[in-house]
Amino acid sequence: MSDIIKKNAWVAGLVALLFVLLVLTKAIQPSFGMSGLESVARAALPFAFATAGMAVVVIVGGIDLSVASMMAVCAVTAAVLMERMAGVPAILIVLGLGFVMGLINGGLIVLTRVPDIVVTLAMLFVWEGVALLILESPGGATTEWLKQSIRGSVIPFVPNALAIIALCVAVVWIPLRRSKLGISIYATGSDELAAFRSGVAVGRTKIVAYGVCGMFCAFGGLSLASLTGIGEPVPGPYLMASVAAVVLGGVVLGGGRGGLLGPIIAVLILRIVRTILTLLAVDPNVTTIIEGTIMVGVVMLGTAATLRGARK
Amino acid sequence: MNANQILDASGIAKSFGAVKALVDASLSVSEGEIVALMGANGAGKSTFVKIITGALTPDNGKVLIRGKQARVGSPAEARRSGLVPVYQEPSLIPDLDVADNLRLTDTPIAPFERWVKELGIEGLSLSDMVGDLPLATLRILDLARALASEPDVLLLDEMTAALPSDLVERVLKVTRQQADKGMGVIYVSHRFNEISELCDRATVLRDGQTVGDLVIEPGVEDRAVELMLGQRLDLAAREVNKTRGTIGDTPRVRVKGVAIAPKVTDISFDMFPGEVLGVVALEGQGQDELFECLAGFMPPTAGSIEVNGTTTAFRHPADAIAAGVKFVPGDRADALLAQRSVRENIALPFSARMSSWGWLKMRHERERVEHAIDRLQIDTRAQGEVQRLSGGNQQKVTIGRWLATGVETLLLFDPTRGIDVRTKRQIYPLVRELAEQGSSVLFYTSELEEIPLACDRAVVIFNGRVVDIIDAENADEQTLLRAAYGLTAQEGAA
Repeated sequence: MSDIIKKNAWVAGLVALLFVLLVLTKAIQPSFGMSGLESVARAALPFAFATAGMAVVVIVGGIDLSVASMMAVCAVTAAVLMERMAGVPAILIVLGLGFVMGLINGGLIVLTRVPDIVVTLAMLFVWEGVALLILESPGGATTEWLKQSIRGSVIPFVPNALAIIALCVAVVWIPLRRSKLGISIYATGSDELAAFRSGVAVGRTKIVAYGVCGMFCAFGGLSLASLTGIGEPVPGPYLMASVAAVVLGGVVLGGGRGGLLGPIIAVLILRIVRTILTLLAVDPNVTTIIEGTIMVGVVMLGTAATLRGARK
Repeated sequence: MNANQILDASGIAKSFGAVKALVDASLSVSEGEIVALMGANGAGKSTFVKIITGALTPDNGKVLIRGKQARVGSPAEARRSGLVPVYQEPSLIPDLDVADNLRLTDTPIAPFERWVKELGIEGLSLSDMVGDLPLATLRILDLARALASEPDVLLLDEMTAALPSDLVERVLKVTRQQADKGMGVIYVSHRFNEISELCDRATVLRDGQTVGDLVIEPGVEDRAVELMLGQRLDLAAREVNKTRGTIGDTPRVRVKGVAIAPKVTDISFDMFPGEVLGVVALEGQGQDELFECLAGFMPPTAGSIEVNGTTTAFRHPADAIAAGVKFVPGDRADALLAQRSVRENIALPFSARMSSWGWLKMRHERERVEHAIDRLQIDTRAQGEVQRLSGGNQQKVTIGRWLATGVETLLLFDPTRGIDVRTKRQIYPLVRELAEQGSSVLFYTSELEEIPLACDRAVVIFNGRVVDIIDAENADEQTLLRAAYGLTAQEGAA
């Protein structure tokens, strides 16, 4: 039991922090209730998917700078398709597209041996161009039920947006994490040479991890389309935000450690902080300074706590 | 040709750019046979091992498994053909727990746990994170994992290098038992006593070629050394010429009642100028902590350290370095700039001393660097990157550079781990030469036979305490081993 707590101490800490922040929000704005929570969760939706994708590639020991661009490609594709066909096949096509874009990123990294940061930086521009080719200016349409699905709450006290994040991530990640492929992802990120020597197909594992990242970006693109009702070809601010949430969520840059739950809770924390600062009418410029400070502070505290724990 | 032959590699060649690592290497193993693979550093042993286990593909040559041509393109393929290696560096994943590491290689759990017990590791839990376990345990787990997958051929690469003696015994016993049941074993090692105890045959590599295949019998050591070196060594030359400097009267370093929680409880000794002081200890008796403490990585929890008569409290490695105490870690990678040249690595301690920059000094220093390079006998490759040198030659650089710079106190932590006999015999004179120059050297080695070869005196540490200080000159291996196990001479007599 203590073992489980020890292994998940970081996530537990984040949950506690999130709770404190929610209470704080309620204290500052007594009228903050379900609708407030829903809007926070809705706003968090694309960030959460970008972060989930980023977390997978960071765990395998890489990084993907093209997440926001891939989301844009998926969003415009969804908007264009949904104008012409039913929602479900359009969603499946977009998810497939995301997966393939991710596989292309991973394949290029593994085959060319060019560093991941360089390849995905280049792909950031490529996917950005592709998105603009598909849709030159914001347009298209989103299936109505999809737009409605992220509003309100079917389960009491749980906003639908939050339930959707949980569902999508769980459906993709939990079976993966339990499979040998999942262990291989952690193994590759932790010690690539040892993984290779243990018989892990290191290259294939990396490619699949990037594919999974692409698929999460597709979820992110779909959530963008549902939020706005149209397709927006210009990438949003999801790259740096996802790296920030991954780090805050306890995934070690360099690979091998962490999970997806921590980063997603970290997304919610960062969104709530922003809400609080807005409620307090803090200058938006100061807001980013505070967000950055919180990130450094939390990671420092966490590291210090981990070190002390290790020394005992 | 033997009907029971499992693995037969022949004519293996491999080049890295212009460097020919292997020219014509061959090796075969039959059922129930333990074959030693020997060779000096740079002979191509590690390249050969990598090729056999699929980590590298050869340029030329063929590998037959049970008489059929096999393409062993990756470690995974090698595993599937029944060839399972235990490498010198554990191939367990630090961020996964033991259970996940087993799943990674599809290793059945029950036999694994049985082997772990058999090999003498107690109290292991499958949910232990591999990164939290000590090195010796990792190596045993790696072996247990290999055995649990019931390999046809087991390849052990310097398996006993980081193990304490009791575990070494277990490993040798289990290996023998498994061979008797029909498993083939390739045993890569520098340790003659283990090879003669365990192996049936020895294949010797020199300069990328298999130069001999010996049946293990009494006296085979001389023949093996001869083959490895490519020349007849007369016995006298194998003795290290132990030059003696004058040992000073006032201690350079006095360690008084040092304790470092939790492992070290009471360590006291003096180090004199011109002296090589050996440290005799089994794995994990507190020697790691002692060295780190003397190097300023962590302060002692009790006791004091005096350098040149002044009590010092090292709070940072820089403090130790300023007091003239230099540390050469056991892991060569920690001490060298792998991507820079040998020359730069030797000159590094000079350039680190900013205050002594200047024209005349520069020329003087360059001479000393040149001298050190000559002295190390790795001349022609001095311009090359250090990472291209073999492990033994790298270690020569980490020690040899202090010859050029001059050093008051040098801490050498297991400098000869995993290094072949020939290079070892070049390292002892380097250490002696340092002492002759007036340095005090603290020398920990995991191989007891080195103590009389390199040291003047030796402190024996057992369970975090100094239990004895002995005259290294007259210490035979048995005396040292008894001492290391915490048995005093008196008790032995009784």
